[in-house]
Amino acid sequence: MTVVVVGAGPAGMAAARAAARAGVRVVLVDAAARPGGQYHRQNSLSAEGEFGLPDGVEHWPDSSVWAVEPIDGGHRVHVRTGRADGPGRRGRCVDTPALVLATGAYDRALPFPGWTLPGVYTAGAAQALAKGQGVAVGERVLVAGTGPFLLPVAESLLDAGAGVLGVLEAGRPFSRWLRDPRGTLTGRGKLAELARYARVLAANGVPYRTRTTVIAAHGADRVEEVTTARLDPDWNVLAGTEQRVRADAVCAGFGFSPQLELAVAARCKLRDGFVLVDAAQATSVPGVFAAGEITGIGGAQLSAAEGEVAGTAAAMRLGVRPPMPHRALRAVRHGRRFAAALARAHPLRPGWRGRLTDDTLVCRCEEVDHRELREAVGRREASGARSLKLVSRAGLGPCQGRICGPNIADLVAGIDPTAFARRPVAVPVRLAELSEAPAPQEETE
Amino acid sequence: MNVLVDGARVQARPGQTVAGLLLSRGQVSWRSTRRGGRPRGVFCGIGVCFDCLVVVNGIADVRACQRVLEDGDEVRTQRGAELPS
Repeated sequence: MTVVVVGAGPAGMAAARAAARAGVRVVLVDAAARPGGQYHRQNSLSAEGEFGLPDGVEHWPDSSVWAVEPIDGGHRVHVRTGRADGPGRRGRCVDTPALVLATGAYDRALPFPGWTLPGVYTAGAAQALAKGQGVAVGERVLVAGTGPFLLPVAESLLDAGAGVLGVLEAGRPFSRWLRDPRGTLTGRGKLAELARYARVLAANGVPYRTRTTVIAAHGADRVEEVTTARLDPDWNVLAGTEQRVRADAVCAGFGFSPQLELAVAARCKLRDGFVLVDAAQATSVPGVFAAGEITGIGGAQLSAAEGEVAGTAAAMRLGVRPPMPHRALRAVRHGRRFAAALARAHPLRPGWRGRLTDDTLVCRCEEVDHRELREAVGRREASGARSLKLVSRAGLGPCQGRICGPNIADLVAGIDPTAFARRPVAVPVRLAELSEAPAPQEETE
Repeated sequence: MNVLVDGARVQARPGQTVAGLLLSRGQVSWRSTRRGGRPRGVFCGIGVCFDCLVVVNGIADVRACQRVLEDGDEVRTQRGAELPS
């Protein structure tokens, strides 16, 4: 019997290592060619890999889980392995009594006029391109959004040779930090990290502004100019503070959304938009564990601690009795307090909605603009995520509502943001692949 | 290694993605949208948003940020809706 871990970021790698250390066989499935995930993204252009995995871990790189199906005594995990989105990928599935989901999170991207122009990136894209591909996304780049992640993004951009015009934080996080004794206490190490980033920005002459953001991007076929503005505490634009700046890229990140579709497909209970877990990282579904950002946004250290607990608990389900991971359990408790303080310090404020014009696209894939969304809600009385999707087409494109879903839930009353995470086919699969898939019994390993 | 980008022979490095190559050559868009015919390139950069779709070896809807190049690959701009495979 095998523990299956989905996702090879900090949480998934820690889970795989812990389960292997406990003496069980582990399959670690990940979409990337190398382990590390988004946080420890490795430079794909260098020949050396940084992360070794123990002998008991069988790493399946370039592998996408496209479905999770309940079976007697556990779950069947359906995988395609091969070049991304290629037609010739190999179909496999693996049955497991102990599935660990460590699927991570991706940037929350808020719409604004011009956000679909080439040259507007998520903060994570800028980071991935800089660290993974050695590409600087621009010569005059503005980093905007909210949260501490903007700082390492700016650093990666500088490292890749980009010119960074400024880091614009929409909130005023530091006054909130100082007012939050529990948060500052648990985050003492993190404050030192923030101070280091502040020194990097200062050394490079990059200004850091709070209560400021990018409210529009302009250009014919790519970003040529950007409008920035100062914000009030609710993120409404302070009239008269708009400034037009020449820029060739915007990197925007407003926190993160968890990658929930496999957890939802496995019918795991959610709370406040994240997978609900107990102290052993067990979800509400027997035999399914969750670790990392899908249980709450708390960074790599917390993710790794959760992964160690989840991997140990998953191994125990296979009958082994490893020692309790006391240190990891303690790190999870501390980390969760820090994560809660982080969420309190970087709330999304409603003022962003006021920047949408009628023709600002809300759904990038299906090109549904704000006016069409409002009409679908109002005139056609579409309520509930499903009817809203069918009437407006928002969320029906290839990203399956990953980008627009959380925003639509904020723009339309009564829509559950996690409703967009119901994706029975978790990632697009080519029709030819589905038709050639062998019977499950034959491909089970 | 060598690849073709819209018919032109281009050098690529092992481990380079389609998006990494095109962006490093200064190209920021390589797809037009179905409805508005608007240009698109990389947005999320990690395989989530499906904005950076491109045609590789005759197959449409390949995420440029996820596809690692191999010697001899043929990459071309994707125009509107192309037939899925």
